[in-house]
Amino acid sequence: MTFIAKKLAAGAATVLASSLIIFLALSRAPGDPVALILGPHATNAERAAMSARLGLTDPVLVRYWHWLTDALHGDFGNSLLYRQPVSGLLGPRLMTTLILVGLSALIAVATGVALGIFGGVTPRARPLVSAVTGVGTALPGFVVSSALISIFAVNLAWFPTFGAGHGFFDQLWHLTLPAIALAMSSAAYVAQMTAAAVNDEAGREHVATATGRGLPRSVVLRRHVLRNAAIPVLTVSGLTAASLVAGSVVVESAFGIDGLGSLLVKSVASKDYPVVNAASLVIVIVFVAVMTVLDISQTALDPRLRERA
Amino acid sequence: MSLEQLTRLPLLAGRLVRPRRRGHADPVLIGCGLICAGLLALALIGPVLTPYPLDQTDILNASQGPSAEHLLGTDSLGRDLLSRLLAGARPSITAPAVIVLASTTLGVIVAVFAAWRGGRVDRVISRMLDVMFTVPGLLVAVIAAAILGTGFWVPVAALTVTYMPYIARIVHSAAIRECRLPYVEACQLAGLSSWRICTRHILRNIAPLAVAQATLAFAWALMDFGAISFLGLGLQPPAAEWGSMVNEGRADLLTGAIWESMTAGVLIVLAAVSFNILGERLAARIGDGS
Repeated sequence: MTFIAKKLAAGAATVLASSLIIFLALSRAPGDPVALILGPHATNAERAAMSARLGLTDPVLVRYWHWLTDALHGDFGNSLLYRQPVSGLLGPRLMTTLILVGLSALIAVATGVALGIFGGVTPRARPLVSAVTGVGTALPGFVVSSALISIFAVNLAWFPTFGAGHGFFDQLWHLTLPAIALAMSSAAYVAQMTAAAVNDEAGREHVATATGRGLPRSVVLRRHVLRNAAIPVLTVSGLTAASLVAGSVVVESAFGIDGLGSLLVKSVASKDYPVVNAASLVIVIVFVAVMTVLDISQTALDPRLRERA
Repeated sequence: MSLEQLTRLPLLAGRLVRPRRRGHADPVLIGCGLICAGLLALALIGPVLTPYPLDQTDILNASQGPSAEHLLGTDSLGRDLLSRLLAGARPSITAPAVIVLASTTLGVIVAVFAAWRGGRVDRVISRMLDVMFTVPGLLVAVIAAAILGTGFWVPVAALTVTYMPYIARIVHSAAIRECRLPYVEACQLAGLSSWRICTRHILRNIAPLAVAQATLAFAWALMDFGAISFLGLGLQPPAAEWGSMVNEGRADLLTGAIWESMTAGVLIVLAAVSFNILGERLAARIGDGS
């Protein structure tokens, strides 16, 4: 149990450190929030009053402390562009992004592991699997998005061209194409790594011994090959899920989905710093959460890692 | 994270490819190598070959398919797509080249230094690399655009910083193995300086690995830089760049005019696939040797 506590603490420390780095970096950004709020016609006295009210006259670490304590109460300040609380903007979008990433992780891991095991246990199919995954890992999400929109949304009209939909099933329908676009290169990567891991295990002595003992091929595969290959495959799958969080930024923008990622890009373009700060931090939290879950499940599966830690 | 396994992961890339026996030509490797060389050449001479000026608009002939005047058609402002693709080759290919050169150089220096010094220096550097390794490059590039603005150099710098630990970790584990080999001790006994052993011997032996990984990283850097441009956080209009062309062609996609997004997208995929497969094949060859 202590190792779980340790990993959770490490995750929390990572998030805290990232929040400080992002805050400090953004405080150096050009642009004047006072001018943005008051417009060009404000007097100097008004400007000074607003800047004091926003706390901009305080040292940066004091401002960070205020921001952090507010953030822990769920208050990320107000958006300069939307003129409403940032937390209200984040909530619904976080849900959309989580569904997109979850759906996409499911597709990537399922197809990747299936293709990888197939490639790993059937040597004759290996050149084909190697070619497919070699091309697949080099398919960028934004290009796949455009291709899928053109084929399945415009020409065949099977799916909507943009938006995230309302209600669970409508959302699933809207998010299917984006999830496939996001999953494509990750699926190929998982397949590559799974095939390599299965191939590695299949060549081990204990597998030869098991075969020599006359065990049926299916039992050898299940008990001796796949079981040992599961740990690297789990690692790759988890890392992939984490990278999907970052990749969602691109795919959401490509499909015009109102998610965390597209909110981040929009607020970066419009210099809406409170939103940039909060959205990037929430993305970092999702990312770190996925990594921590991966880490804990890995250690739980493989006791050797626990002893070493 | 079980770091030991993680460090091993990238080394698995290319394991699926059955390495050719020494002396046997690998047609896939040669083919991809030629395409990669062609793309690098295109970055050099592409902007010179453009049949039309980049920003010459022709609204009456907007969003057209290929014709005799416009070999690849026109974009939504009626600009010649072939010209824009040729001109766009320069930033689209130069950016990953700069990212890979810079991050590989930095990564190799850090890795060899840490491996050579060993002890606490090595532990501290390795731990820092492990932490930096998990930071997603795309996210850093997006936030960097918020702070430092858009353009060519901001995403290139952000991606260089996030690619460095990737290269460094792989090279580091190879450098550690290298430092333990008896020849290093022999060199030391022969009175060679640390600098000389590192640069002349260790560096030379790990160079093929660094080159293979840099080639793989080229494919990812190309995709990441393209994604940043696609998001509108890279070079700004009217500059031509493949990723931003995929983005600019999106509105046309809805009316069935696929030429801008498709031609730029195909070039990006062609480049990424070629560098990716070339890198895998190179990695497989080295795996054979060791």
